[in-house]
Amino acid sequence: MNFPMTLRIAFKALSRNKMRSGLTMLGIIIGVGAVIAMIAIGSGAKARIQEQIASMGSNLLIILSGSATSGGVRHGSGSIPTLTIEDAKAIASECSAVKYAAPVLRGITQVVFGNQNWSTVTYGTTPEALLIRDWPVTRGRSLTQADVDGAMKVCLLGQTVADNLFGEMDPVGQIVRIKKFPFTVTGVLSTKGQTTWGQDQDDVVYVPLTTGQRLLFGKQFPGMVGSISVQATGPDTLKLAEEQISQLLRQRHRLRANQDNDFFVRNLTEAFSTAEESAKVMSILLGAIASISLLVGGIGIMNIMLVSVTERTREIGIRMAVGARGRDILYQFLIEALVLSLTGGIIGLLLGVGASQLISYSFKWPTLISPQSLLLSFSFAGGVGIFFGFYPARKAAQLDPIEALRYE
Amino acid sequence: MSELIRVEHLVKIYYLGEVQVPALKGMGLTIQSGEFIAIMGASGSGKSTFMNIIGCLDRPTQGNYFFESANISGLSRDELARIRNKKIGFVFQSFNLLSRTSALENVELPLFYNGSSSQARRQRAMEALTEVGLNGREHHLPSQLSGGQQQRVAIARALVNRPSLILADEPTGNLDTRTSLEIIDIFQKLNQESRITIILVTHESDIATYASRHVVFRDGKVIQDSPSPPRQAAQDLAQMPTIIEETSP
Repeated sequence: MNFPMTLRIAFKALSRNKMRSGLTMLGIIIGVGAVIAMIAIGSGAKARIQEQIASMGSNLLIILSGSATSGGVRHGSGSIPTLTIEDAKAIASECSAVKYAAPVLRGITQVVFGNQNWSTVTYGTTPEALLIRDWPVTRGRSLTQADVDGAMKVCLLGQTVADNLFGEMDPVGQIVRIKKFPFTVTGVLSTKGQTTWGQDQDDVVYVPLTTGQRLLFGKQFPGMVGSISVQATGPDTLKLAEEQISQLLRQRHRLRANQDNDFFVRNLTEAFSTAEESAKVMSILLGAIASISLLVGGIGIMNIMLVSVTERTREIGIRMAVGARGRDILYQFLIEALVLSLTGGIIGLLLGVGASQLISYSFKWPTLISPQSLLLSFSFAGGVGIFFGFYPARKAAQLDPIEALRYE
Repeated sequence: MSELIRVEHLVKIYYLGEVQVPALKGMGLTIQSGEFIAIMGASGSGKSTFMNIIGCLDRPTQGNYFFESANISGLSRDELARIRNKKIGFVFQSFNLLSRTSALENVELPLFYNGSSSQARRQRAMEALTEVGLNGREHHLPSQLSGGQQQRVAIARALVNRPSLILADEPTGNLDTRTSLEIIDIFQKLNQESRITIILVTHESDIATYASRHVVFRDGKVIQDSPSPPRQAAQDLAQMPTIIEETSP
């Protein structure tokens, strides 16, 4: 019993009932197509979230100034600057789980170039802040420690700011005015895109911490910063870093045991990991629901194969009489089921890829088709064919040749 | 002549629920290689059961079955399938061809289960079709062939593995007299020229007269076993009024 011949017989048997084979296959086609499209949607969402995490910087902690309390009224986070540049330095040097710590001053300022102006968020910080956010420049150079030490009047522009002020022109080396002070543009930051909540991350200007302190953000609280950006040494040490920082800051701020923290430690990665996790769960859930249709398709195959075995009882008897062994008959029907499911699988694959493209095109929903998902759904279709084809095939193989020959 | 088949104390009991139905009650028979035997008997006499066991389609409840001196009563289903494939050809009353499958492919079918190459299959099947006088019809479907032609295809299929035994179960039951004679003629030629043993089940006594030995069954036993000089189908055919050769639709 050779394989190509068996395959030919299978194709022939299936093409005899084109309508029936087509409808049976439809179950598998829809199943495979749905699995691929659903996994594509799920992975698309996951990829987008991962991209956002990457754009935020990995293993990121943000320490915010605490809440001022006056006469029992608490004024909310940042209402009193409690964090100092020295705090940032201490965190960087004393907390073993911390890789970088950068003090950050923040304010809304107007940036002017020629007859153009643009109001944007300006950060005064150290070069570490850009390392933490993994944010290189596309043109010019980044901030350096020398800029900070010398309180140089230099700035980095986000892409959005550069576009709005300079248009097609290269901003590097140009002088912009921020709050009437002239700043030399040393570089333009690479594009980060939007955050999950739609905020444009490229609408930003970076200046050295010291310069910002002296010229832009006032001298109300000298040596104080609004927040400190921290990068932990790894994803596993985030929690540890959080604890070490809290401990250190409580000690530095001389807080008694019964006093609340006068700062907040925010773990951004954690929030995003949760989002990523839920995207993953969604992906699995969508895939699982789609697999159910594949399973139903498999039951369709079993149904049709059972009908086929009954219809072809006499043929089975003839084949057995001329010397087909049980296993020859088993293979024949199993291969028929497999041809049904794999042909359906291939068509479903194309349909699934097409559907994902359509979804991402017409709904602007990101989809991601991975080779693994194609392989997975295709082999799942094959598995369904074998699983649901086995019972009818075994039924055929176990027929009594005498009974089968007599069957009308 | 050597011994081809020997059965001893053959018992076959069918179990229909609680009821035991004995179909063969300890019968024995020896068949020499090259014989042409007609088996007769009323329905329920056990001749079909006997044929099924001889044809390796069924196994006896008790007793021994020697085929070419080997005891095959205890063989597995797969081993029996192998003997059917290599040693035995079947011809049925209702032809039992695969519909929507060409004559050639029907004849190739047994070769398909013993690993012959596709070239060998084709060549051997063409030879067998020529042997039964059907060359030129190999690509016809059974539905495009007359009853006699279909039975010839079935005989070619039985022949294709060069078996030592052909079992024909009422092969002329669905055919008219002349066509029946033509089929019997083919059997006689195969028997006389190729020395193939033929066992023919029939209830038409005039068909049985072309066999050289008559075995009659009744109630699961052989009640008569006698040699008889066979008539020659070829001669009888020559004496029949000639008719226009049948043509396929």
